[in-house]
Amino acid sequence: MSNTPITRIGRRVALLGAGAALAAPALRPAFGQGAPIKVGVLHSLSGTMAISETALRDTVLMMVEWINGRGGLLGRRVEAVVVDPASNWPLFAEKARELLQVHRVDVTFGCWTSVSRKSVLPVFEELNGLLFYPVQYEGEEQSRNVFYTGAAPNQQAIPAVEYLMSADGGEAKRIALLGTDYVYPRTTNRILRAFLNSKGIPDADIMEEYTPFGHSDWQGIVARVKRFAGEGKKTAIVSTINGDANVPFYRELGNQGIKAEDIPSVAFSVGEEELAGIDTRPLVGHLAAWNYFMSVQSPANTEFLNMWRAFIRNPRRVTNDPMEATYTGFKMWTQAVAQAGSTAVDAVREAMYGQKVEAPAGYTEEMHRNHHLSKPVMIGEIQADGQFNIVWKTPTAIVAENWSPFIPENAARRRG
Amino acid sequence: MKVLLALLLVLAAALPARAQDAFLANLPRLGAGFGEQAAAAEELGAAGDPRALPVLQALSDGRLLRRADGSLLIQSVPGQAVEAVSGTAADPAGAETVRINNRVRAALRVALGRLQIVANDPEARLTAVQGVLRSRSASDIPILETALARETVPRIRAQIELALAASRLAADNPDVKRAAIAGLAANGSDTARSILLESRAANPALSDEIAAAVASIDRTLALRRAAETLFQGLSLGSVLLLAALGLAVTFGVMGVINMAHGEFVMLGAYTTFLVQQACRDIPWLLPWSLPLSVPAAFLVAAAVGAIMERGLIRHLYGRPLETLLMTFGVGMMIQQAVRIAFGAQNREVLSPSWMQGTLTLPGGVMVTQNRLWIIVFGIAVLLLVMAAIRFTRFGLEMRAVVQNRRIAATMGIRTGRVDALTFAFGSGIAGMAGVALSQIDNVSPNLGTGYIVDSFMVVVFGGVGSLAGTLVGAFTLGIVNKVLEPYAGAVLAKVAVLVGIMLFIQRRPKGLFALKGRAADS
Repeated sequence: MSNTPITRIGRRVALLGAGAALAAPALRPAFGQGAPIKVGVLHSLSGTMAISETALRDTVLMMVEWINGRGGLLGRRVEAVVVDPASNWPLFAEKARELLQVHRVDVTFGCWTSVSRKSVLPVFEELNGLLFYPVQYEGEEQSRNVFYTGAAPNQQAIPAVEYLMSADGGEAKRIALLGTDYVYPRTTNRILRAFLNSKGIPDADIMEEYTPFGHSDWQGIVARVKRFAGEGKKTAIVSTINGDANVPFYRELGNQGIKAEDIPSVAFSVGEEELAGIDTRPLVGHLAAWNYFMSVQSPANTEFLNMWRAFIRNPRRVTNDPMEATYTGFKMWTQAVAQAGSTAVDAVREAMYGQKVEAPAGYTEEMHRNHHLSKPVMIGEIQADGQFNIVWKTPTAIVAENWSPFIPENAARRRG
Repeated sequence: MKVLLALLLVLAAALPARAQDAFLANLPRLGAGFGEQAAAAEELGAAGDPRALPVLQALSDGRLLRRADGSLLIQSVPGQAVEAVSGTAADPAGAETVRINNRVRAALRVALGRLQIVANDPEARLTAVQGVLRSRSASDIPILETALARETVPRIRAQIELALAASRLAADNPDVKRAAIAGLAANGSDTARSILLESRAANPALSDEIAAAVASIDRTLALRRAAETLFQGLSLGSVLLLAALGLAVTFGVMGVINMAHGEFVMLGAYTTFLVQQACRDIPWLLPWSLPLSVPAAFLVAAAVGAIMERGLIRHLYGRPLETLLMTFGVGMMIQQAVRIAFGAQNREVLSPSWMQGTLTLPGGVMVTQNRLWIIVFGIAVLLLVMAAIRFTRFGLEMRAVVQNRRIAATMGIRTGRVDALTFAFGSGIAGMAGVALSQIDNVSPNLGTGYIVDSFMVVVFGGVGSLAGTLVGAFTLGIVNKVLEPYAGAVLAKVAVLVGIMLFIQRRPKGLFALKGRAADS
């Protein structure tokens, strides 16, 4: 069910418009000679993931405008090449190949779901491309062609479950793991199950359910969670539900009268952007774990918010964690290119290690040799206005453990 | 004697003073960390000082402000506040909202419950009892007993009895506990069952009684679960019915394979959004924006359907493959047009209050209100469609054209016009389905794509051209899906239903309600 061609033409036209605006003489900074540096944007602009991924496309376009406003990179203009993989996983690989071979992009920012990342990974490795992946994921991966600017499980999932089990989080003794049926939720839940077992929670107190992408009929599952919670132990929901299935899920929670004080739910894929389409009043108190919330008070965040609102020309548009990861990753990439003096993938890769950025999250984030960022962890409660009230955060940025200690097969990798 | 009297007097004087002390001592803690806030709320609620009520209420509503020096203010409306300690007017400038988390919110529900259990408003009393129920504390027995003695509303009395049983189960006296267990068994609700299971750890001596009580609840619960599953199946069935009804007309009656059917549903949902936006400025109209959207969505989708039929489909009658490809393309164009006009983000359609929450039917079966209304709406739309086909002139002409186009034309029926109207009618029904779906699904450009396969499935399974078949097909699939789901999981249940339909179609290619006679042969 691909509906790419129309979209792509639409985007091209939009891109031409954006390019023309940039080329307007009054705005145009003096660029030196040389071909423009090309930045690929590989995010779904249609299909089930469009709700989440279009904002990331806009973030990359904003950053391209930002760097051109500062005179470009290495004296050259930066140009975005936008393609639409349409929430279609095999199409992601085709589009990645198109970006690398036809458009010859120097770097690509893209992917949201892990299945899309897995789909493009062989392409980037074969053609030695460079991908910045901005979304929290299940770990168990480390490619020399990918920089992961989202969280690994120890930077999101595990601290979130620890919070649910703490006094402030409600001392949960039973956990319902609900997820969309693909690699990220399944791997994350495997790690979480091992973690919960290590904390003395037996398998009998863990419920695990998966639903298809875009699932809209949650009555049965929510009723079963309610029943699961009625066994006399404090229960919490850990949700790895992805994309627009979240909206009907939250609606059903609200309609079945599940209050956050009774059964709190913590989500790993629900941010400000996803909440924009829901009446959040019945959801007050439900949680999300991220490495950034729009409500963070920091000078870097103020700068980020102002930049975003000016770019999108809508003071009510929100920011979220993957957008912040895209922003941070883009800044880091420009620093690395400047340091390397080249956009060659191998040179940029070496320059990326140890690169630091003052992130909007309010912490200094550093790229480590494991290709992952050190990031702070924050837990936020949903408020009636669709924003998050940060109820817990780590004192410092945490280094990523992309090979989880809770997966037995990783022992050898972790030693080596 | 005199000494005793003096002592009593001193005590009487000291009591309010101490209560006041507790109020003053705990007040600043409400602005401290979550643990302190929860503990302070607990103590304020237990002390029963009415002065704590407005402060706790403000904290719960996010209207409690804290100045830099730690003193607290209660905000009435933005820009106006009073001191929490004294109630004198104060300037809220520079003060920050005191934030709370779930732990504090839970403690506040108990505390507010204890303070408001004697409120005049029955709704407030009910909420209060449900708050006290959370405490499971023997110290609440006296206030619950007092409340029960004064209560006259039956459903609040039932809740007080439940809360009282929960509190008595935490008491020290084994006989009181046994009575409480019997009371909970008689109550029979999910909450009672959960309270019993919770108390197992603290009452090893009573484990047999508790197990027996839980078992007795489980016997009635099995029936209730079956009723709830049936409701969920009916609800899913009504959604399928709504999605498929329009298709039953365009595909079932006219034979047009309309792949853009889902987009008409989506247009209906966006019309609902627009109507609601228009109603936002008129507060009394807002709850009725949904009923108003029904005709609007019908007209919008029908208009687009009529244009599509006249402009494109009529040139392709008798060429199913071309029709399929063309409608698929038009569907994508509509989707992208909506995405450009409204953005890829979901649009928020509010649910009116009469569609929120759950309804407890006799026997304790819980059903969600929005689903209930959608079942009613689905049946109503079906009856409307049947009536339109059976009793109106348009319906008569439509049936005539379907049965024999040429004879109908010789009778003076303008068949082209009837085709356009029939297609518009089917599309309009899809638009009406969009109104209902805006309440349970995302109002996003891809709303329709999720329903197109299901709609075809229902129509083919029920029997092409038969509205009764569509009805029976939709509800059968809904119920089968929901019965399988707990065993197989949501993904496998869907797969199993598809496989089942494939096998069924092998045996009965014409579906459940096969048309007989000449119309079926043509």
